[in-house]
Amino acid sequence: MSETDESAAGESPPVEETAADAEPSPAGDDVSGDESSPDTDLTALVEDDPDTHAGDDDGRYAPLEVEGLRKEFGGITAVDDVSFDVEEGTLTGLIGPNGAGKSTTFNLITGMLDPTEGTVRFNGEDITGLQPHEIANRGLARTFQIARELEEMTVLENMMLAPKGQVGESLWRSVMPFVRGSVREQETEQLERVWEVLDFFEIDHLADEYAGNLSGGQRKLLEMARALLTDPDVLLLDEPFAGVNPTLEKRLLEHIHELRERGYTFLIVEHDMDLIMNNCERVIVMHQGQILKDGTPAEIKESEEVIEAYLGGEV
Amino acid sequence: MSAEGIRGRFEGLFERDATLVIAVLGALYLAYILAGVAFGYELRGQLNSIANLTFFIGVFGMLALALNLHWGYTGLFNIGIVGFMGIGIYTTALISKPPVGDGAAQVGGFGLPLLIGVPVGVLVTALFGLLVALPALRLRADYLAIVTVAFSEIVRFTMMSRTFQTFTVPDTISLGPLAVNPAADTVGLGGGGGLILNYTNPLEALLRALFLWEPYLGFVGFVEANVISNNPKPVLDGLLYGIVLIVFVGLFYLLLSRMGKSPFGRVLKAIREDEDVANALGKDTDRFKLTAFVVGAALMGLGGILWYSGRGSITPPSFRPNITFFIWIALIIGGAGSNTGSFLGGAIFAGLLYEGPRYFKNLVQTAFELGDAPRNFGEAMAGFASLDPMPFILYTLDSVSQLRLVIMGVVLIWLMHNRPEGLLGHRKETASSVDLARPGAGGSTGKPAAADGGEEQ
Repeated sequence: MSETDESAAGESPPVEETAADAEPSPAGDDVSGDESSPDTDLTALVEDDPDTHAGDDDGRYAPLEVEGLRKEFGGITAVDDVSFDVEEGTLTGLIGPNGAGKSTTFNLITGMLDPTEGTVRFNGEDITGLQPHEIANRGLARTFQIARELEEMTVLENMMLAPKGQVGESLWRSVMPFVRGSVREQETEQLERVWEVLDFFEIDHLADEYAGNLSGGQRKLLEMARALLTDPDVLLLDEPFAGVNPTLEKRLLEHIHELRERGYTFLIVEHDMDLIMNNCERVIVMHQGQILKDGTPAEIKESEEVIEAYLGGEV
Repeated sequence: MSAEGIRGRFEGLFERDATLVIAVLGALYLAYILAGVAFGYELRGQLNSIANLTFFIGVFGMLALALNLHWGYTGLFNIGIVGFMGIGIYTTALISKPPVGDGAAQVGGFGLPLLIGVPVGVLVTALFGLLVALPALRLRADYLAIVTVAFSEIVRFTMMSRTFQTFTVPDTISLGPLAVNPAADTVGLGGGGGLILNYTNPLEALLRALFLWEPYLGFVGFVEANVISNNPKPVLDGLLYGIVLIVFVGLFYLLLSRMGKSPFGRVLKAIREDEDVANALGKDTDRFKLTAFVVGAALMGLGGILWYSGRGSITPPSFRPNITFFIWIALIIGGAGSNTGSFLGGAIFAGLLYEGPRYFKNLVQTAFELGDAPRNFGEAMAGFASLDPMPFILYTLDSVSQLRLVIMGVVLIWLMHNRPEGLLGHRKETASSVDLARPGAGGSTGKPAAADGGEEQ
């Protein structure tokens, strides 16, 4: 999978290529990974990739497809006929000036807002207008623009919340004397994964801290770690680098690249052009609610209209 | 997780919280007993005062625990507690009051035993909880507050309403193939006059159900012969009822702490912190809020039943919103989010703020042999003309029951300034059924606070 990804995005910037060289694609190999198996370690967990179904005609499977998306708030059209798809195992950037409709598009995809028109398809299924939790449970996880931690819960509690299909979320199971054992068992299994992910993001030393006490950057890490624990196929990151210092930004990027190599798909909204240009293999540029340009970073850089509209013709 | 680890954790929890609970309760009881000694109470008076204190600790503890599920865990701003309490006891009364014939001056009930009446009361409260929650939970928190307080007032006005004062029950009610012939002819909510609770004494019903009634009577006889010669039964009844209430507090605590320490409780906490996040993590937050609200409402109904079922009668004025706010104060004192804190808040509120001022007044009056208090405020202020504050002090002391609300307000303001997280520090009980320390790392997560179980509460 990834080899083809890389060759397809051949003209992508240097970071891309080095990343591909360093890690010879573990993603495609493990398609039989068992999601529900609790003792799969993190690597197996993130490599496991159930969606290698035969995709579109051109052979690249796109788990997320958006078609003719439109959202009107009163008289204002925030998102106007937006169509794009996100291909599996890629890092796709969504950029645009303030008010371009990026966050609205995110909210439309994840069910926080209902579109006026258009469809969102995920893994071939129409998910338009579903509740956010239904969409999340189908494997489409998101983070928020301003890191939204559950402040008066510890980092561990934040993390333990995320996994899907927890039997203890039913009231009677958590209360009744005999079935409570099964809850405890599942939580113990879950806990191992939680610690692995904490280790992966190097925030294990903060495990007992209240999330409200974390710094901005640590919150971003926690939020991504938490989203990862929902076992998603596609991660939508809303400005993951906003307010993050350069060192941590580098770390976050490393994590994202590593996860992508393991088969995760990312759609990232970001303000920082350079960051997107240097790291994404595909960039979608939005302007005034519409898609202005959709292509590789090199194509975007050369595009007259993008330079005109977005960069004010200065570059 | 090893069995020893679990046991160790529970022991740690037990030690910390239990010590605090015992210390607080011990201090309260000691204060009351000392006050009793100062008043020159005989044993009988002492026992009465203790029974009274236990009763209020029990009911406020229970209701604060139930409210903690709504507000402390889920962040549901319910200020209609008393409405649910009223529904609980009124339903129980309706089910269990003895039937009366046609044309009786009094309203009757269906004459079913309390063992049916109480569960039905709880169930009906839960249904009303569902009724309130279904439309209201989709609204923002402040709207839920408005809906609940309005609901509790609707309940009270319904109790008072002439329309619902009496109903005539048809002689036969056919439910499909089943024809029921209820004994009752006239039932109702009794209007402004309320209902006389002339069913079997709840304590007797409970003891009979447990086959303990005869032994209990024997014990009463023994006490009468040896300790208190003059009709000790009411005193012992009161004490025993207090114990029953404390047992119920224990059951509430067990149920709620199990709910809290589970993935279910974790989702509730997440909803309290940020519902959108919980939703984005795949949790059906509406369902969780609904469940939590209904369970909490049912517990409030049970709390109401236990509070009023021992009374001779219930009248609508007992169900004014001030009870709701008393319970809120109790929860705030104890610390929202912590079950132990909720109970402690209930106990402290009952002992110091609810019953305390009256005791304080009696104590001062006994100690200083003060004269009669002025009859009105004018006379009280008149003393200042001759720089004599005594009439004013006496007047204040005399109206201490009315001043209770002022004292509560002052305490609340002080708390908000100095300890806004409540007595026990709030929201500390980790929402998980297992110890969240790194598996295999000896229960330590590298932080000293966690090593002694401090954060694991």
